[in-house]
This record gives sequence, structure tokens and C-alpha cells, in this order.
Amino acid sequence: MTDAIVADGVRKRYGEKAALDDLHLTVGHGTVHGLLGPNGAGKTTGVRVLTTLLRPDAGRATVGGYDVVRQADQVRRRIGLLGQHAALDEELGGRQNLEMFGRLYHLGARRARTRADELLERFGLADTGTKAVKQYSGGMRRRLDLAASLITEPQVLFLDEPTTGLDPRSRAEVWASVRSLVGGGTTVLLTTQYLEEADQLADRISVVDQGRVIADGTADELKARTGGDRVDVVLRDAGQLGAALALLPIDVGEVSVDADRRLFSAPVADRMGALTQVVRALQEAGIEAEDIALRRPTLDEAFLHLTGRSEDAGADAVRAGEAV
Amino acid sequence: MSAVGAVETAREERGGRVSLALSDSWTMTRRELAHWARQPVQVAVGLVFPVMILLMFGYLIGGGREVEGKYIDYLVPGTLALTMAFGLESTMIAVTQDLNKGVIDRFRSMPMANGAVLVGRSVADMLQSAVGLAVMTGVGYAIGWRAHASAGEFLAALGLLMLFRFAMLWIGIQLALVAGKPEMVQAVQILVWPVGFLSNAIATPESMPDWLGTVVEWNPMSRTATAVRELFGGHGAGAGHPWAAVIWPLALLAVFFPLALRRFGALSK
Repeated sequence: MTDAIVADGVRKRYGEKAALDDLHLTVGHGTVHGLLGPNGAGKTTGVRVLTTLLRPDAGRATVGGYDVVRQADQVRRRIGLLGQHAALDEELGGRQNLEMFGRLYHLGARRARTRADELLERFGLADTGTKAVKQYSGGMRRRLDLAASLITEPQVLFLDEPTTGLDPRSRAEVWASVRSLVGGGTTVLLTTQYLEEADQLADRISVVDQGRVIADGTADELKARTGGDRVDVVLRDAGQLGAALALLPIDVGEVSVDADRRLFSAPVADRMGALTQVVRALQEAGIEAEDIALRRPTLDEAFLHLTGRSEDAGADAVRAGEAV
Repeated sequence: MSAVGAVETAREERGGRVSLALSDSWTMTRRELAHWARQPVQVAVGLVFPVMILLMFGYLIGGGREVEGKYIDYLVPGTLALTMAFGLESTMIAVTQDLNKGVIDRFRSMPMANGAVLVGRSVADMLQSAVGLAVMTGVGYAIGWRAHASAGEFLAALGLLMLFRFAMLWIGIQLALVAGKPEMVQAVQILVWPVGFLSNAIATPESMPDWLGTVVEWNPMSRTATAVRELFGGHGAGAGHPWAAVIWPLALLAVFFPLALRRFGALSK
């Protein structure tokens, strides 16, 4: 059986700017795949091509084995889309919206009605009555939007930044819904700017930058690529940061320094050896440390490392060699 | 395949494409009707506005009009045609608003008939215009207008007005698709007014300077107004070619209907 989603060299230009520049993507059946990237990386354009809303300039893409351009109707029968902005009729109520979409999926009047009731119940919207969607809270709107994208129990569900602009509680609700869907065998493509979201939900992650996939793998694999474990050291006196950095072995790689928090963080190859080395060196130099911790890199660090945007992101990354 | 999917496939085999397109169009029409039900005040305001124009010209401005016969018999068909012309604006506003909402993305990502959104719009707008015509003729009757026509002529007059409205509707859709943004609606609104009044709706071309009279005679809306006056009777100004009131709207439709459909299909570029 072919993969649920395949993008093969997809390109899309807007004037001078290439929104998608040779995008390659493969998503297996029943998995959650994260597309992770900064604003303007081409994530939304990618989703719009895969959901038949946008015609690619070049390349080929299939969803559920059907071509998104030549067999758009077949694709549309098999997908659900939760876009960045609520795709609902704001003037109508929740039940009216779901019934309308159900009819447009050709469920028939009666089935559309019962399906709307099921979904309202499942997403905790059963008591909204006839209230117009424009009077809903952000979280309610998002849940109704998600319900609308699930009317036909789609094989492939596209979630384009599903939690952007939501408060933490609503975000947790959306996450819980997505997790329960995946249990049912749905394939999910999720775009997000939040590393935590990709880490929490996705089986595999493609890091997208400037319209192409620059790295691909599980969250752990991506983290491992930044150079393994890191040691974080918080000093008592920020003035001693320079002296402390000079003590570090030359081969530690990219060290980040946060003077405000009196902290530096360095990737280390040999976990325990490095820890004892750092502790001993600081003691001998008479530099007092408040806290020393050994940890795995965050997906944030992996992301910055991969996109090469550490300066943009405002982190004071310096080459260990230069600091010495 | 899921249970829901199976239902869908069964229906599609049974129904065929045409019946699905009809059912989608009906669903979209119901959507518009549901909007009305939720905004009765807005609908009422839409109906009151042309009535105000009728009353304004009938009482305030029209007192001294030099027209053959009763001015009210001249004015009522004119304002009916004018109301149909202004429909262009309301269609354009509605389509523009729809296009700028997220819901259009959901429609386009669903296996529904491509033009159903536009068909729903058309049916709803035509219904609203029919109600508008009923209200206007009712008010006209109340202020002394009388149709001196057989039932057939009366219906033919209404038919011509609706045909003209249908042409305006598709121009409105095309303009909305081309312009796209709400700011452009204002520009069109400003243009619709002079074009609407540059007609024989309110005053006869004979009362105008020659060049202006010529422009006015050529305005398709004038043709509709003239033909409707003749069908309603009671007003002698029989200037002409009643078929022009059929041909003009059909010609406009022949241009704008395919343009708009193509433009809508091409939104995904």
C-alpha cells in the first residue's frame, strides 16, 4: 500500500518568492507527522497544495494514493482540514454548521443531523443551542472547526497550526482530541511553530525552512543531531562567565550564554566525564556555581541548530573557540 | 472505508453528478436563507431602501415632472428597474464577504459541486429581489400607481425585471471575484449610483441635454424600464424596442456568466 501522503518535488512560487522549493515529504498510514518551521517557511502553502486548495507549479503530490491535482475530488472525499483560521459560517450556529457540511459531504439529511449531534456531544458543544459561532470563545470555535473536519471520519487529517492563538487550556483540549483520533487509525499531518507541540504529538517531524525540508526524523533523532547532551551551569556571579568559559575543553562545540540568568550551556560528548571535569575545573579556579545540570537538548535547540537561525532567535550563541 | 464514507459512496452511485450538484446548490441556498432568518433587521432595511427612493421621488422631487400621463405611472416601473440595478451592489458585497471568510476554504476542500456556492447566492438573491418587487409594487399601489395590464403582461413585466436582475447578479459576482477585497466594493458602490441614475428611471431623456439623453437611451436599464412601462400600460411613452429589454440582459449574461464561473474555478491558482 502506498503512503498516506507523498509530496515529490513540489514547487509553488508567488512572484519572486518561492513558497515551496522542491518539497519532498512521505507520511505513513496511521502516523502523526509534524511539519515544523518558522513563519513563512511554506508550511501553510504545503497544506494548501495537499488539500487541493492550491495548484502546485511543479512536482507531484498524492493523498491516499490519489493525485491532488488530477483526482482532486477523490482526495477531497478522504481528507479533513483544520486550517489556520476558523473555516466556519460565523453567522450560523454550531449544529447548523455541522449539518450543512454533512449535507455537502452527501451524507443525506438524516445522517447529517445525527452526525452533527454525535460530534457536538463529543466535543462538548451539545449545549450551545442556536448561538451563532461568532459569539463562541476561541477554544469553542476551534473545537467546532475540528468537529467539522471530522464529519466523514477522514483517512487523512490536516491540522494547520491547530493551536496558534489559543490559551493553554484550549491547547491541551485540542491536543487531547488529536491524540484520541490517532488511536482510531487516522493519518495526521500537523504544522506548527511550537516545538513542544511537535514533540508532544508527532511520531515523525520534518523541519521546513524556506520551502524545503531541511531535516527529517523522530523528535529524539533531531535532538541527537545537535550534538547529544548538554551541561547547564548557573554561576553565582555573572562577571565570572568569561573566566568559566575559558576553562571549558576546546571540543565542546557551540556554547550558549545567557548573562541575565548567569547561565551558560555547552554540548558535551561524554556525559559523566564532562560533568566531573566541569565541577573540578570550576572548583580549582574558585568560581562558585549555583546549579549544574546535565540534560538532553530541547527540540528548540535542535531547531535553531538546523535552521542556522540562532542569532535571529536572539540567543547569545558563541563558538567556544572564540570565547577562549 | 468508514461507515460514513460508505453511505456517501452509495448515495453518489444512486444520485449521479447532476442531482448531487442540485442538492449542493440547495444546501447553499438554505445557508443564505438561514442567514436571513438570523438577521431579519438587515433584510428589512434592504427592502425599505428602494421604497424610500420611490417615496422620495414620488412626493419630494417628482411633483413638477413634465411627463406624458401620470408621473407615478412613469416612476414606479423606473424605480423597480433601478432597484434591480442596485442589486449588483448587494450581490457583490455578499460574495466579497464570503470569499474573505475561512469557510470558503472548507467548501473548496470538500467533494461538493464546484459552482454550488454561486448558485446558492443566485437563488437567494433572486428570491430577495422577488420579495423586493412585491413590496415595491404594493407601496406603489398604495400611493396611487395602477397597472393597466392583463395578468400576462403584468407577469411579463416582472419577468423582464427579474431577467435584468439576473444579469446584474452575475456582473456583481464577477466584480467580486476580480476585486476580491472589501475596499473595492466601495469603489463599485460609488460607480453604481451614477450609472443607475444615468437612465430613464426617474426622468425622461427628452428632458435632458441631447448628449446625455443619448447616453441614457443606451443604458440597458433604460430598455428594461421602458419595456416594463409599456407592459404595465397607462403611460404613453412608447419609445421603442421591447426586445432590447430581453436582448441586453441576455448579452450581459453571455459575457459575465461564463467569466464568473471560470474565475471561481480558477481561485486555486
